[in-house]
Amino acid sequence: MAQPLVKKDDDRDEEVEYSPFFGIEKGAVLQEARVFNDPQLDPQRCSQVITKLLYLLNQGEAFTKVEATEVFFSVTKLFQSKDLGLRRMVYVMIKELSPSADEVIMVTSSLMKDMTSKTDMYRANAIRVLCRITDGTLLTQIERYLKQAIVDKNPVVSSAALVSGIHLLQTNPEIVKRWSNEVQEAVQSRAALVQFHALALLHQIRQNDRLAVNKLVSSLTRGSVRSPLAQCLLIRYTSQVIRESANNTQTGDRPFYDFLEGCLRHKAEMVIFEAARAITELNGVTSRELTPAITVLQLFLSSSKPVLRFAAVRTLNKVAMTHPTAVTNCNIDMESLISDQNRSIATLAITTLLKTGNESSVDRLMKQITNFMSDIADEFKIVVVEAIRSLCLKFPLKHRSLMNFLSNILREEGGFEYKKAIVDSIVILIRDIPEAKETGLLHLCEFIEDCEFTYLSTQILHFLGIEGPKTSDPSKYIRYIYNRVHLENATVRAGAVSTLAKFGAMVDGLKPRIFVLLRRCLFDTDDEVRDRATLYLNTLGGDGAVVETGADVKEFLFGSLDIPLVNLENSLKNYEPSEKPFDINFVLKEVKTQPLAEKKAPGKKPTGLGAPPPGPPSTVDAYEKLLSSIPEFANFGKLFKSSAPVELTEAETEYAVNVVKHIFDSHVVFQYNCTNTIPEQLLENVTVLVDASEAEEFAEVASKPLRSLPYDSPGQTFVAFEKPEGVPSVGKFSNMLRFIVKEVDPSTGEAEDDGVEDEYQLEDLEVVAADYILKVGVSNFRNAWESMGSDFERVDEYGLGPRDSLAEAVNAVIDLLGMQPCEGTEVVSPNSRSHTCLLSGVYIGNVKVLVRLQFGLDGPKDVAMKLAVRSEDETVSDAIHEIVASG
Amino acid sequence: MSTLFLSKNSCPAVKNILILDSDGKRVAVKYYSDEWPTHSAKLSFEKSLFARTLKSNARTEAEITMFDSNIVIYKFVQDLHFFITGGDDENELVLATVLQGLFDAISLLLRNALDKREALENLDIIFLCFDEVVDHGMILETDANVLAGKVAIQNMDASVTLSEQTISQALATAREHLTKTLLK
Repeated sequence: MAQPLVKKDDDRDEEVEYSPFFGIEKGAVLQEARVFNDPQLDPQRCSQVITKLLYLLNQGEAFTKVEATEVFFSVTKLFQSKDLGLRRMVYVMIKELSPSADEVIMVTSSLMKDMTSKTDMYRANAIRVLCRITDGTLLTQIERYLKQAIVDKNPVVSSAALVSGIHLLQTNPEIVKRWSNEVQEAVQSRAALVQFHALALLHQIRQNDRLAVNKLVSSLTRGSVRSPLAQCLLIRYTSQVIRESANNTQTGDRPFYDFLEGCLRHKAEMVIFEAARAITELNGVTSRELTPAITVLQLFLSSSKPVLRFAAVRTLNKVAMTHPTAVTNCNIDMESLISDQNRSIATLAITTLLKTGNESSVDRLMKQITNFMSDIADEFKIVVVEAIRSLCLKFPLKHRSLMNFLSNILREEGGFEYKKAIVDSIVILIRDIPEAKETGLLHLCEFIEDCEFTYLSTQILHFLGIEGPKTSDPSKYIRYIYNRVHLENATVRAGAVSTLAKFGAMVDGLKPRIFVLLRRCLFDTDDEVRDRATLYLNTLGGDGAVVETGADVKEFLFGSLDIPLVNLENSLKNYEPSEKPFDINFVLKEVKTQPLAEKKAPGKKPTGLGAPPPGPPSTVDAYEKLLSSIPEFANFGKLFKSSAPVELTEAETEYAVNVVKHIFDSHVVFQYNCTNTIPEQLLENVTVLVDASEAEEFAEVASKPLRSLPYDSPGQTFVAFEKPEGVPSVGKFSNMLRFIVKEVDPSTGEAEDDGVEDEYQLEDLEVVAADYILKVGVSNFRNAWESMGSDFERVDEYGLGPRDSLAEAVNAVIDLLGMQPCEGTEVVSPNSRSHTCLLSGVYIGNVKVLVRLQFGLDGPKDVAMKLAVRSEDETVSDAIHEIVASG
Repeated sequence: MSTLFLSKNSCPAVKNILILDSDGKRVAVKYYSDEWPTHSAKLSFEKSLFARTLKSNARTEAEITMFDSNIVIYKFVQDLHFFITGGDDENELVLATVLQGLFDAISLLLRNALDKREALENLDIIFLCFDEVVDHGMILETDANVLAGKVAIQNMDASVTLSEQTISQALATAREHLTKTLLK
């Protein structure tokens, strides 16, 4: 029995080093806390117990509500002791316990007594504690003392009051705002930290008053602010004023720039840096303004302090994105940072160099980076890989050494994200630099020979299938691909089979050999692999005859699926086995925008009784059913698109009307959803008179009146127009609601027999170009863009004029075209100066359209846009340009 | 918590201060921002931060890194690892000043015998230093001598370890330290 016990002790001696808190236990400490209640307090003992309690809290031990209350009450007893050190611990403890409102009352009087004490430390600490735990009600009682404390001659007391004011401003702004005279006085304090705290509070009090902030800044920038921290604040406030003030003054000088530049010669490094950073972040900063800031940052680069080097290189890295030439002067210092002990600094230095480097320095840089790559973490490597990719796109002539570098690091150890970044980069380079294609593809082939990531293998195989057949010697890729069929898991094998088939379909010379390989795949253990092989052999004519594969077969096998997978899945689920085979043409192509509409809904004003009717479900599905049930419209053919409802009346009017535009190949149908919001009226024979004089290409062919429209039960009336077939005619229509009104007796609900004819003016309605484009997404824009080819590509540039932001310009163009943004490119990252947005859609006549929009800021506000359109029909490409040009 | 951590134009703000031991365990920590709402979130932040900075040499000069979109500045002494965290828009040098102030103040108060054992034995002093350096994320004082003076004065009666030290002694130590730094 005794032996294991001894052994345990031995273990403990080895493992646990000495700690005064060893074996500490909450229950025991809570017991110990009873000494707080002793009539004769032992301050030293009490301090130790508080330290233990604080230690427990600090280690994450949680006190129950009861325990916390108990501790709090006994701690309040300690105010009886006059011991300074103990009192100090009591203050800390009370703050840690964050007592509830009814507990706070227990200590209020003690704290208020301390607040008016002669001892500075008592005053300062009591203010901080009381302001931390108090709610607003107590504040009015102690406000007088706080105002006094702000101008107290002891800086610690003054700072305590000011800092508490900063926190209280969030919860009780109206009270703190009354202190601004005292705070203003404190700004002039000789004590550095008081000045800092006072300035921070004064600015927060006034931050919504632009004029007051302006005045504050102009008075202080002239005077001398002593504290470096306060000076940093002043620099921040100054750049805020610069940002908000109107553009440069007449002379072209920026207000307050001199002040910022002057701060570059301050003696405190933090001020110099704050000023330099502020200058680099000025809107539309000129290179003349930048130079002095860059110079001081350059000096920091060779500092012995890592923090200083990091701060400087991080700022220069940001500058390099917008003003690469301004940073080139620092390149030599930057290069020496590549070997910096601190890898964060080294990575920032490298990416900065990659942004600013010129063509001649690339090779040297790559040599340095190669040594560096082996000893940094994956996350840094990804940053470097991305920087190299953009460098290669900038200097396509250097693709050989850069591509080599990428393939070398691809062979080294690394995690998935890192490998994916490299593969993505190689793929982009292959796409954008034609000369790099063959070497790049071979690098990828070698990579999949020994690739542990299924996702990357399949992606590369797919890419090989697209690019490989177009190269000068497609046969050399076959070996790599076929090896996959032997060596990999089922997913990769299936991918390899598809890629082989693509080679077979595209390159007639390889057909016999491919067929041999595919036939071997028929014996694979996996269903999917065998199915694919069978499908390809049958469709490509693997029965021996080498015939050219027809375009329709190619399209069937390898064409992109232009329907959203969700819709296809739904349709397949709804399909009931019958004589009629499943027809993919009946699957909806429109991407459901329902969730978006739902998100917007809460933002709408509640419209009470006059609320527009919820209407029939707005999915195309339901519309199609509704329209085909109306004989007049039955022969219009397949519905191409239905717009979202457009309101034609103000909210809260007598009659609420909105309209849905249904576009057919050679017809347009307006569906007016009407609601009668007057309980005393019954409307009959409701029609909409449409004046199409401003829509020349449209001719009214039919209309369907609404027999009766009782109170609060929505109904629809329709008007149909004929328009030239397949042409995106646009026009403006004015609408007049016409009906017969009958009075309704509210008590009986019965309508009178005689009615009066009446009219009600509705707002105008427009048919715009976007109505002829379906939002149809593609899953892989790059592939779709490539396979569309550049035959009918149209590229042009447009100036969009001044815009509030890049994001606003992007959204405006997306709305104008009514196309589906792909791959999340509708989101513009804040502060970026350029953006690429990818759109896809289907134009009337079922013509696929892809659009690549490149936006750039040209000057401070002007947005320029490059629009590249690819489609299956050049008139459609032109039409898209026309929409943008006229929009 | 306060809007101190939200707006770019507001004051410099400290999100947390950590002192960990050479195994990454807590000696003393203080969080001012609610970016890490739970105990486990705090622990996992400390764990990954510790692992990431473990190999660096932050003994003579403070080192710096970006971590989860935060700036972390750290300094090691003996078996103690000091960290300070701020937002990624923060002026790095301001944060470094705060850390250095705290570090020097604790060194002064523990008379340069700064290691885990001393720190734990004088944990009350460390907690008081935390309380004096930053209030709720707002920088309160950065001067090591002032900080040490504030904590020492209040502790001279109660603290066992400082009981024999008078105010003038504490100030003498402070002065000695000051001349040392000036002569460097």
